[in-house]
Amino acid sequence: MSYEPKILGFLCNWCAYTGADLAGTARMKYPSNIRIIRVMCSGRIDPTFVLKAFEEGADGVLMAGCHPPSDCHYQNGNFKAMRRYPLLKKLLSQLGIEEDRLRLEWISAAEGDKLVRVVNEMVDRLKELGPLGLSKSNVEPLEESETLNIDNPTEEENYVK
Amino acid sequence: MVSLEINGKTVEVEEGTTIYKAAESAGIEIPTLCYTPIMEPYAACRICQVEIERDWGKELVTSCNTVCQEGMKIITDSEKVLNARRVILSLLLERCPNVEILREMAIKLGMELPEMVPEEEAETCILCGLCVRVCAEVVGVEAISFAGRGAEREVSPPFDEESEACITCGACFSVCPTGTVKMEDAFGRKVPIDELTVGPPKSIAIPTYQSVPNVPFINTETCIHFQTEGCNVCAKMCEPEAINYEMEDEIIDIDVGTIVISTGFQVMNPSGITRYGYGKFPDVITSAEFEKMTNASGLTDGKVVTSKGEEPKDIAIIHCVGSRDVDTHAYCSRVCCMYALKMAHLIKEKTSAEVYQFYIDMRAFGKGYEEFYSRLLSEDVRFIRGKPGEVTNIAICAEEEGKLIVSCEDTLAGEIRRIPVDMVVLCPAIEARDDAREFGAMFGLGCTADGFFLEKHPKLAPIETASDGIYLAGACQGPKDIPDSVAQGGAAGAAALSLIDRGTIEVESATAMVVEDWCSGCKTCNLLCPYSAIEFDEKIGASVVNEALCKGCGTCVAACPSSAIIGKHFTDKQILAEIEGALI
Repeated sequence: MSYEPKILGFLCNWCAYTGADLAGTARMKYPSNIRIIRVMCSGRIDPTFVLKAFEEGADGVLMAGCHPPSDCHYQNGNFKAMRRYPLLKKLLSQLGIEEDRLRLEWISAAEGDKLVRVVNEMVDRLKELGPLGLSKSNVEPLEESETLNIDNPTEEENYVK
Repeated sequence: MVSLEINGKTVEVEEGTTIYKAAESAGIEIPTLCYTPIMEPYAACRICQVEIERDWGKELVTSCNTVCQEGMKIITDSEKVLNARRVILSLLLERCPNVEILREMAIKLGMELPEMVPEEEAETCILCGLCVRVCAEVVGVEAISFAGRGAEREVSPPFDEESEACITCGACFSVCPTGTVKMEDAFGRKVPIDELTVGPPKSIAIPTYQSVPNVPFINTETCIHFQTEGCNVCAKMCEPEAINYEMEDEIIDIDVGTIVISTGFQVMNPSGITRYGYGKFPDVITSAEFEKMTNASGLTDGKVVTSKGEEPKDIAIIHCVGSRDVDTHAYCSRVCCMYALKMAHLIKEKTSAEVYQFYIDMRAFGKGYEEFYSRLLSEDVRFIRGKPGEVTNIAICAEEEGKLIVSCEDTLAGEIRRIPVDMVVLCPAIEARDDAREFGAMFGLGCTADGFFLEKHPKLAPIETASDGIYLAGACQGPKDIPDSVAQGGAAGAAALSLIDRGTIEVESATAMVVEDWCSGCKTCNLLCPYSAIEFDEKIGASVVNEALCKGCGTCVAACPSSAIIGKHFTDKQILAEIEGALI
């Protein structure tokens, strides 16, 4: 069986999600690799959601919102997403996750075709990158000595604190 | 009160009134050249002479500066008076034979008119001194004065050079009885239009003829009083004493529940599109300037004239100046096609000029519009489908000499055409006001890329905005013609009223909520909230969400470093569970 990457998409309610809806009603075909979670605004996408998604086994994450500067239903939530994105990318690369696994796109309610194109591109890129392999079943739990014991810190950890 | 007799008519006036004013109030006309109610009488022209019967005989006096006395008997039209006026007038005509007002007076007095002299040699100043006095007494700058003596006496600025003191207020020009003082271009058509006002641009004016309230205001930037402390002419002339120079702009706070925003649009300045030569050629004008010209109470009394004052033989109307153009505004301004047709109709009605319409597409979309277009087609208006590349004055053949040439590809004929015209009228784009974004931010309104305010939904909620209780009307939401603006205005008013009538509002259910115990008081969320719905409460030491303002976007939820904000219906717990579920 060939490798099929899992993509988790956080789509804003007003533009990207409606765009995905349009792609559906217009019978456009796009890969079933993406699973979509609706948020009210791209500004709602908490960076921990993205990390959680990778942790849970996603191979790629798509954040999508309204076109800047002024399409945002909430005035400027998309700018907040835009500000968080580069920081998040930096963090991912420090964790050893390829930057291309996270993508931020502006998709308007009328751009069903853009969503299809973006998802296709992501699937192609993720197939090149291969599985991330972070899903819980793949990762061996850390040994007792490697974890941080908050209740009984070692002397060294105490010092850091 | 003083009672006197003028031409056998008994007149009662207040003490200190001059004979001229007494006669005026009795409806008796006394001719004059140098009298003006805005200044003290000066009796320079001597035309206003009248005869007073005294005990010791008859006496000629100037009526403008002689004060009425009890029992005076005055005759304004005796042969002696008329003769005296004839002598004065013949002397003035000897000096200035061409001056129209003198010639008219001479005809009234039954005098023979002198020969006209060539215009270049003609003297027109009668040395009445009105201009000198108005400059010194009213305006208070003394930019001009009398120079020379005897036959060489003349009015001029010091040393006959351009005066630094002159503020080009035009007061001397407006009082000059003979038209000697000229304001260059003052009666030409070229008048800058900053605001889209119809009517003469004056320092004190009613903004438009339909203004509410319909009262004049003073433009403090151009008013002479605010430059020199002088003038006060309007205050002197206003009988109810309604002019108040001390009044200042006030900021008034009014508490309201709903707001209708109808801030309108601005017209693009076409001088940015240099190829049409607006600002370079005086006969390239905008549609608003043309409108001002055809207005019967406008600068040219409704006549269509070129900058040379002649009736144009050919007029080009260029559509889509700045609209439907990727370099400026990609959108259609919607109103230009129809007003361009109206202008063509007016030109055909008022002049015998040939009208050329340069259009990309004729968009006669409204009720009755197509019929009007068809009517224009039968009125011999030339329609050329193509966007002109250039308006130039460089002639390449004899018939283009002295004309403006519009060069354009006629896309229906499939050829490049050069059309010589006398006047070019541009239809500039309607654009969002420069301050729209700044203004919108005050109300939590978004703007489209063009700068027009964003409605809640283009089809289903065209008057509502993302903020409840704030409605849009008119061209601030997008280019619109009058019927559409009226319709939207009515709808916005009704929507506002229905909200007022209901008395309550429905708030978003998916709002954010702060868990006070977890809030560290960092205030990150306060700054992030686009609706200013979160405020820090000093008493409880935590931020608090105003649920009436919160729209539930969740930006604050994502940003809270302590996870102290819960976004109802989209809680962290719910979304994390969704992630887990989606990736099984």
